[in-house]
Amino acid sequence: MSAQLTAAERVAIARNPQRPNIMDYIGALFTDFFECKGDRLCGEDGAIVGGVALYHGRPVTVIGTRKGRTAEENLKCNFGMPSPEGYRKALRLMRQAEKFRRPIITFIDTSGAYPGLEAEERGQGEAIARNLFEMSRLTVPVIAIVTGEGNSGGALALGVANRVLMLENAVYAILSPEGFASILWKDASRSAEACEMMQLTAPDLLRLGVIDDIIPEPEGGAHTAPVVALRQVDRCLHRHLAELSKESGASLAAGRYQKFRQMGAAAPDKEEQ
Amino acid sequence: MNSIFAKRRARLLAMKAIRDNQTIPGEKTVTCPHCQQVSDRKIVAQGLSVCPKCGYHFPIGAYYRLSTILDPGTFRELNEKYPAGDPLHFPDYRKKLESAQRKTCLTEAAVTATGTIGGVKCVVGVLDSRFLMGSMSAAVGEKITLAIEFAAKNKLPLILFAASGGARMQEGILSLMQMAKTSAALARFSEKGLLYISVLTDPTTGGVTASFASLGDIILAEPGALIGFAGPRVIQQTIGQTLPEGFQRAEFQMAHGFVDAVVPRVRMRETLSQLLRLHEKGGRQ
Repeated sequence: MSAQLTAAERVAIARNPQRPNIMDYIGALFTDFFECKGDRLCGEDGAIVGGVALYHGRPVTVIGTRKGRTAEENLKCNFGMPSPEGYRKALRLMRQAEKFRRPIITFIDTSGAYPGLEAEERGQGEAIARNLFEMSRLTVPVIAIVTGEGNSGGALALGVANRVLMLENAVYAILSPEGFASILWKDASRSAEACEMMQLTAPDLLRLGVIDDIIPEPEGGAHTAPVVALRQVDRCLHRHLAELSKESGASLAAGRYQKFRQMGAAAPDKEEQ
Repeated sequence: MNSIFAKRRARLLAMKAIRDNQTIPGEKTVTCPHCQQVSDRKIVAQGLSVCPKCGYHFPIGAYYRLSTILDPGTFRELNEKYPAGDPLHFPDYRKKLESAQRKTCLTEAAVTATGTIGGVKCVVGVLDSRFLMGSMSAAVGEKITLAIEFAAKNKLPLILFAASGGARMQEGILSLMQMAKTSAALARFSEKGLLYISVLTDPTTGGVTASFASLGDIILAEPGALIGFAGPRVIQQTIGQTLPEGFQRAEFQMAHGFVDAVVPRVRMRETLSQLLRLHEKGGRQ
């Protein structure tokens, strides 16, 4: 485990372009990956990758946001900022997973849903809302792993899971620290200050009950020893999937509902009343 | 006996509604921010806070909104005392909440109630944009969720009026989680075969658009309301060009397939009443 890092340092590590991305996870953790493209409505979004693969010999549906390492890669995947087509593709694959009784594993690393003109025209808000609605009642195991930065509704749209796991240096928040500072203080340059206040690190979120487990990273971050990091993710994922696989479909849906139902229901404020 | 209580409830809502509608006491005229024309305050108030010159819909308070929708004497508030919270102990947030509470006489940005519209009993929730921009705090999410659950339990139709700048920054990730919570509650509600009408008012943006506001069986919008996920300023910064006229307005959203009908405030009550009647015997037994 890394020594105590500040929240701003973790944000920097979470954004490191050399950090393992969705393609690395698919390559290392799964076999026989078959990528499925398109939302079957109007388009294909490179910012979200999804498909069917074997995980320790068992068919699963894998979905994740895709960030590139080079400028060229990033043009193809829009820097990991999905459009409505991406969320609708993800929903299509989740429904398919339900049909074939496959567990769903999502990987989250996005600075947020794309705030563009066309994305708005095609209903970015509706696409995210629909995913939240449908994910809440899936009857197969759903595990979400926040691997880098998970920002805003754009991250949550893949995050309504039975278990939400987070890499040690990943961050998960309402929006980017820059956006937060600019909304609250009209000054994006105060983002380091915002990082410390936002409670966006894995230990913060575990304490708040938003996530279920922290996956340790090698000293300095996952990019310093990717093989070790990937093995840790595999071990944690495998354990949680084995636990969830014992549950019935109804119990999985009910458990997921209860998990989100209790969030922010007056409990965290108890000591003041 | 019952009629005495009904009269009292009608008076109570009327009083709260009047308080909502007089943010600047003593002023005789109002200037429309849309057409810049000055109108007599009384005429604007009689027209449900709509500019008589250009039809601009002024933002209105939650209780006033309820008084324009519900049959007189049927209003009963749900979870009126549900407290605002400060789950992250965010600096200065308590003070901000208290000042918003003083300004609006509300405890939080959402008011939920039961009542009848055209004689049909329903649950109505209203966000109030005067309270920290109607942003979604944990308390707002909880009140909305409790209202959805109450409607599900009592097999009542549900109407939610959205008016929100999005997430409540000071509650961070817990604000974000309210999107999942309210959407999941609506999924359970929907499985019971019950009707949910979402009404989008100015502004409906961010996390509220990306959750319960977009999930109605029927989605209505007030004329000219700004409706979107990302705010216009952010989009403009992203694409580096000015946005087309009318972008993200209610009429634009209807043209792009995300709103069933744009309904002026003066016709909202009769429209809701019609929709409730059309769905009266549709529920699964």
